[in-house]
This record gives sequence, C-alpha cells and structure tokens, in this order.
Amino acid sequence: MKMTRTELTLGPVLYNWSPERWRDYYFEIADEAPVDNVCVGEVVCSKRAPFFEPVLADVLERLEGAGKRIIHAAPILIMDARDTALARALTSGGCLYVEANDLAEVADLKGRPFAVGPFVNAYNEGTVAYLARQGATRICLPAELPIESIDRIAKSSTIPVEVQVFGRIPLAISARCYHARAHGLHKSGCQYVCGLDEDGMVVRTVDGVPFLTLNGTQTQSYTCLNLTHQLARLQAIGISAFRLNPQAVDMVAVSQLFRDVTDNKITPEEAMAGLTELWTESPFSNGFLMGQEGVKYIHAAE
Amino acid sequence: MTKLELVCPAGTPAALRAAVDAGADTVYLGFRDATNARNFPGLNFSRKELAAGLDYAHTHGSKVLLAVNTFPKAGEPLPWHQAIDDAAHLGVDAVIIADIGLADYAARKHPDLRRHLSVQAAASSAAAVNFYAREFGIKRVVLPRVLTVPEIAQLTAQIDVETEVFVFGGLCVMTEGRCSLSAYATGQSPNSCGVCSPASHVRYLERGSVLSSKLGAFTIDEFADGEPAGYPTLCKGRFQALERTSYLFEEPASLNIAAMLPELAAAGVSALKIEGRQRSKAYVAQVVRSFRSAVDALDDGSGADLSALQALSEGGRSTSGGFRKAWQ
Repeated sequence: MKMTRTELTLGPVLYNWSPERWRDYYFEIADEAPVDNVCVGEVVCSKRAPFFEPVLADVLERLEGAGKRIIHAAPILIMDARDTALARALTSGGCLYVEANDLAEVADLKGRPFAVGPFVNAYNEGTVAYLARQGATRICLPAELPIESIDRIAKSSTIPVEVQVFGRIPLAISARCYHARAHGLHKSGCQYVCGLDEDGMVVRTVDGVPFLTLNGTQTQSYTCLNLTHQLARLQAIGISAFRLNPQAVDMVAVSQLFRDVTDNKITPEEAMAGLTELWTESPFSNGFLMGQEGVKYIHAAE
Repeated sequence: MTKLELVCPAGTPAALRAAVDAGADTVYLGFRDATNARNFPGLNFSRKELAAGLDYAHTHGSKVLLAVNTFPKAGEPLPWHQAIDDAAHLGVDAVIIADIGLADYAARKHPDLRRHLSVQAAASSAAAVNFYAREFGIKRVVLPRVLTVPEIAQLTAQIDVETEVFVFGGLCVMTEGRCSLSAYATGQSPNSCGVCSPASHVRYLERGSVLSSKLGAFTIDEFADGEPAGYPTLCKGRFQALERTSYLFEEPASLNIAAMLPELAAAGVSALKIEGRQRSKAYVAQVVRSFRSAVDALDDGSGADLSALQALSEGGRSTSGGFRKAWQ
C-alpha cells in the first residue's frame, strides 16, 4: 500500500498571549516550522479577539508566503452577539478556509469546503459522513476518542482525518470565566487576567496534586498529550494529519521532532527524549487514546 | 402566551407514576443502557416498563419523551438505532437526541417520530438551532445552561422551534455535551457512557478527622469533622489555584429558578425541565407538585409558594446559574 505523507497541523493558539508574542510565534512558525497546516484564530473567548486584529494581516501574509495552508479557526462556543460576530466574520464572504468548532458555523459553511475542528462532537462514522456531505473536507476528531473509535471512523471516512498528538488537552468550555473567578473577578470585568498565564493556570486538588489547567472559559488537562509512541499505529489505520497544540515552548523544535519521527528519520524514543527536554511543565499523557483515564500515560506493550 | 409545559424526570416506573400523579405535563426517561445520559445502576426502563409507563401517562393525559442523548460509539450504532426504532414502535411522544448521525437516522427512518434536541447537543445560538430544525426536523431544543434570560429571549425570537429550559436540580457549569473532565479522571466519557463522576470511581477516605472524597485518583473535596460530606461531582469540588482553596468552578448548589418563571415565559420559553432522573419518587413528587402550583399560579395570576423547593436543593443551597449574567 502506498502511504501518502502524513501532514502536520498546528492548532490555534488557545491562550491569551500578548499580540507581539502571538505575532512572533506565527512568524517563527512560518519561517522555520516543518508543518503543512496552521490554524489561526481566537477560539476560546471572543473578548480576546480584538487584540490580535492589528497583527493578523501580517501573520496571514507571512504564513501564506511560506506556503502554509491557513485554516481559520472559528470560536468554540457561540452565546452572544460578540461570539456570533466573530464567527460570521470568518464564515461570511466565502473566501476563507474555516475550521468549524460549533454547529452554528457548520450551518454557515454548508455547501462549500470547510474543516471540522475537535470541538464538534463527531463520535462516529454516521456523524462524520453527514459532515462530509455538508462540504467538510477534513476533520480533527475530539480528543477523548479511543483508538477503536478513531479506527472505525478513519476506515469509513471519505475525508482526511486528523488527531491531536501533542499539547494540553482541552477538556471543557463554559459561559463562566474561571480565570476571572480565581482572581475574584467576573467575566464582564475580567481585566484579561488569563493573559498572565502563557500555558494556563494550574489547578491543584486540596491535597496539592496538580490536576487541571485554566484558560479563561476553557478548562484543560494539566498533563500534556503526547502520542509519539502511537504515531505509527495512527498512520497505519489511515490518519492523515497530526495536530500539535501550541504551548509556550519552542514549537518549531516540537514540530521538527514530530516531522522527523513521522518520516522515520528518528525513533519514537529519540522524539520522546527531545520532547521531554522541551516540555518540562507537566507529565505526558495518552490515556484517552488507550480508552483509559485521559490523565494516564500508558506504556505500550511491546 | 401559552401555558408553560412542565417536563419531569422519571428514573423508574414508580417515579414516572409519581410525576404524573403530581401534575407533570410530560415525563422524560431513558432505556437501561448507555444510550442515555443518566446511565446509573438500578435506573431507567426496559422496553416492557416503557410500554406500561406510556400507558399510564397517556391514560392520565401526560406525554412521554425518550432520551437517546449520548453519542453512539463508532462501529456500534445498533443500540442507539434500536432505541429510536423502539421509541417509534412503542409510540413515545418524542425522542431527545444529541448526535448528528443519530438525528439523521431518526429523521430518515422515522420521519413521523417527533424529535427534540438534547441539551447535550449544546445548540446555544439561533444559527445552530435553525440548522438542526432545517436538517433534522427538530421541533424543540433543550437549551444549554450557558444562556442568560435576555439571550434566551433574543434566541426564541430568531427560531421557529420550541425551547425547553432547565429550572431545577443538578447544574452543569460546563457547556453540556462538551465536557471531558470526568473522562479525564475516570476514563468513562459522559458523552459515550452516559454518566458523569460515576459512583464506581468514587471513594471516601478518612485521614484523622478529615474525610476526603475522591473521584478516580483525585481528591475532589475534603470535609472537616462534622461537616456534611457531599458527592464528589468533579466541577463542584474544592481546588487550589493562586495559593487559595475554593469552589473554583461552582459551589455544590442546585439550580433553582422558580422565581424567574414569569421572565422565562416572557422570553418565549415553551417548557420547563426538572433535572433528576436519579432522584427518589418522593423527591420527584415534591418538586413536581411545587412547580405545578407555580405554573398554575403564573397562569391564573395568583402567587405561588415556592418555599418547599429550597429544602430540596443540594445542601439546601441554590443558584440561578448562568441565567443571570453576574454568574459568569
């Protein structure tokens, strides 16, 4: 069987980085990262979006110039006029390639090519087939799916299937801002305190065990997803792209390790060693893929 | 303004009869498997029990909705398809669905079976609701508990389907159907298995005078001597952030917006939903009776006594949750 080259995708920046940092990150990715697809767009909180407006055009131009496929990531949760406006700015007009993260966006994009993001509940082949009929040309599956489900979906899917393989795992989204709440504030007067934590704010249990990470209205895992040792299996079942979620580390180096291990230039052990040096914030996990607690890291039986 | 419909939980045949007797316009329930979002041991209905429940409810002028609101496992759609087929054959008044693939199946296979959109589908905007209505003939949407009352009013003005809102009982603080917190700690996905913070993964440990409640490997809360210990629902626990310990996500309180019924009616809401299929028939009877009198009082302009509801809230504490902007 002839295998096509597995693509790498950088997910959208989920944190509230400063506009300068955000721009510099994308410039670096454009210039140096061996990735095929780059997601751009504020998906967590529409209050943050205006900050990136002034640097957005430069970022898009740089990425385009570098030959990256730009995927405009649309918001996860649409509740009010501000969220709707942010989504509509992407979905209306018909010229952008947009990743829908809510069914409202699927509705707006129907009939033309679009991507489906990991925040759309696509748990089975029936749902993926339906989305493909609406015009979806690629889909990144929800992070909690076990490999058995991914396998079944990939086997029957008519469109390329992607899975997240690196980065903290988005676990929940809310109308309430927990970052603001932890600071004794409300969302309406949040003072953008989520910007203080470039990899999110660590949440510990009462007995001091690190457990989760807060990112504004989003709650993430404390652990960092790392499927380095499962990449070959994912390729074998037909996964066509691997998604890396940006953390506040050298993502060019992270991308290079995933590119090299995917191309069999280095072993999974070598990639793992490199990633362990780059990401020192928290342990790695792969439990969701193995059908277990998402927090766990399961060593594959060799 | 049409009278608000009271939609009540039935985890067992006895609870169904209690809800109907207490004045429920409609009861909702699920089959005894992973096809619905309250897949707790000892709960829910066999096909035979549903047939008897339908008979009892219809005889007394009440409707029955069947929740088939988890997301079918890839490669194993049969239990979910069977649930929809049986719902149609047994004559339930509507099915409550979350998954797109399943909605597609129901709409094509049983076009005459009325379809409601589960809260698990998290349709929080007019565009999303209209999409489900157009594509799958959804007649009613159960709204996620993330919208304020003014947002609900704006939404109902832009859609042609009925809306149902949660008014009492357990409160998800994360957008429903889009939360993997419990799965992260226990390996059991609420979306797939139908249970959040499952009892099978709960332990209580005593350390000296401190009692800690655990979910999987994680301590969700600690209780000092004499402090009443609550169930470790993940998002209602105490956690540390910024060197402070607090109910970081939400206090262990129940949703109670009985006092907001006039606002909800004015916002164009069609039906009120009471959470609690895991609750006893005595609890169900009491809550349904209170809401029956509140809805009737709203309809005829008299005042209702809502004081009995407070005692039924979790730890006696209640909140209006996301229905008020200040909650955010």
